[in-house]
This record gives sequence, structure tokens and C-alpha cells, in this order.
Amino acid sequence: MSNITFPAKFDLLDEIREFVAKAAREGGFSEKAIYSLQLAADEAASNIIEHAYEGISNANIDISCDMQGETLVITMRDTGKPFDPSKVKQPNLKADLSDRQIGGLGVYLMRKLMDEVSYVSNSKTGNLLTMTKRRG
Amino acid sequence: MEITIQEFKHCDLIKVKGRVDSSTAPDFSKALEKANDNGHYKLAVDMSELEYMSSAGFRALLGSQRNCKRYNRGELVLVSVPERIREALELAGFTELFKTFDDSIAAVGSF
Repeated sequence: MSNITFPAKFDLLDEIREFVAKAAREGGFSEKAIYSLQLAADEAASNIIEHAYEGISNANIDISCDMQGETLVITMRDTGKPFDPSKVKQPNLKADLSDRQIGGLGVYLMRKLMDEVSYVSNSKTGNLLTMTKRRG
Repeated sequence: MEITIQEFKHCDLIKVKGRVDSSTAPDFSKALEKANDNGHYKLAVDMSELEYMSSAGFRALLGSQRNCKRYNRGELVLVSVPERIREALELAGFTELFKTFDDSIAAVGSF
């Protein structure tokens, strides 16, 4: 298992994607699957920075990647406001251009790209997002 | 991310290279808005050297498409969309909001 703490800044998204890609590559995922995992991790971290840490500048995200059998388990822990991706309304993908919702897309992609997305919020330990994907 | 803009008689060809995420999407958005500020609403976005785009980039495209299409004054089209980015755009239901072209000559010629 590898884990690392990143400052919660958009500038670090490149490195967060690289961290996930490395674990996925070592876990034997295809390049196509690695792109999906990077995108899901990016969307998750972006949401933490944008929503959980809204207005907070010197915060961190703890990220871990762990191969459990054929499944990569990615966790992200933050100490910001509770932000539960499972509560985010699904965007209407059939809406016309003028009615398309801007929000909710990142969470929707996370759910589509990963096998499971779960979230636990605890007032003492903070928020824990867990995403899993099985090697195809 | 790097953006280069070529102005043609009937449209602007905006080439975006590298990676568009929450960090770089605001600059991508600004480049698209600047074209609109110059009165240009027919935009072709060349993605041939784009490596990565998250939903932050998709949102920039959506915002610009709304602005371009308003009053029927123009449209934003996509050029040479890399496979993985196209798959993500499809997943987001975005492919039906944008015409796509295989090369920039066809895209520029469509306006």
C-alpha cells in the first residue's frame, strides 16, 4: 500500500494523477483503465478542494492506493466540511444545451469510472472517500 | 497546458495542448471568452495534442458553446478529439452538444 499527503491545491492535481497512475500501473491495469482511474481521482480531489475545503487554503488530502487482489482501492481523507458524493444529484445528460447543469458532473464521472464509490464522514477523523476498481 | 490561436476569415482555430484540469481550466475558459470578446463566435477547438481533460475542461467547453450559439451567432466545434477524452465526453453526455471533425481543415471549412 502506498500513501501520501498532498496540499489541497489544484496545482497538485498533476501529481495526484501521477501517484494513482503509478499504483495502477504496478497493479497491472491497462493504459485505458489508468486514464479512467486518473480521471476519477482528479474529480474526487477537485471536489474536496472546491467543496470540502471551500475557502480554506492550507489544508491537506491524504491519499492511499492499495491493490487488494485484483482490485485497486483508492482512499482520500480530508478534514474539511462533509461533502458526500453519493448525495449529489445525477446530472440530466439528455438536457438541451441551455438546460445542462454545470455541477454534479465530476461525481457522476467518478461513479461511472469506478466500480464502487463510498463516503464516510466523521466529526473527529474527517471525511473518508473510498473508490474501488477491479482490473478488467 | 498551452493554447495557440489562429484567426481565419470565418472562424478561430484554438489549439489546446497538454492537460486541462481544475488548475488550468480557468485559463482555457479565458481564452475562449477572449475570442468571444473579440466578436468571434465561430470556434474550432483543436484537441490533437491534448493529453488529458477533466470535467473542469468540459464545463469550460459547455459555457463557451452556450455563449457562441446565443442569437445563432456561431458555434464551437471540436477537432481531432483523442480517444480517451472522447470516451469521457461520451460518458458525460457531451458528444451530442458538439460537432466533431477529424482534422482542422474540415472544421475550418465547415464555417
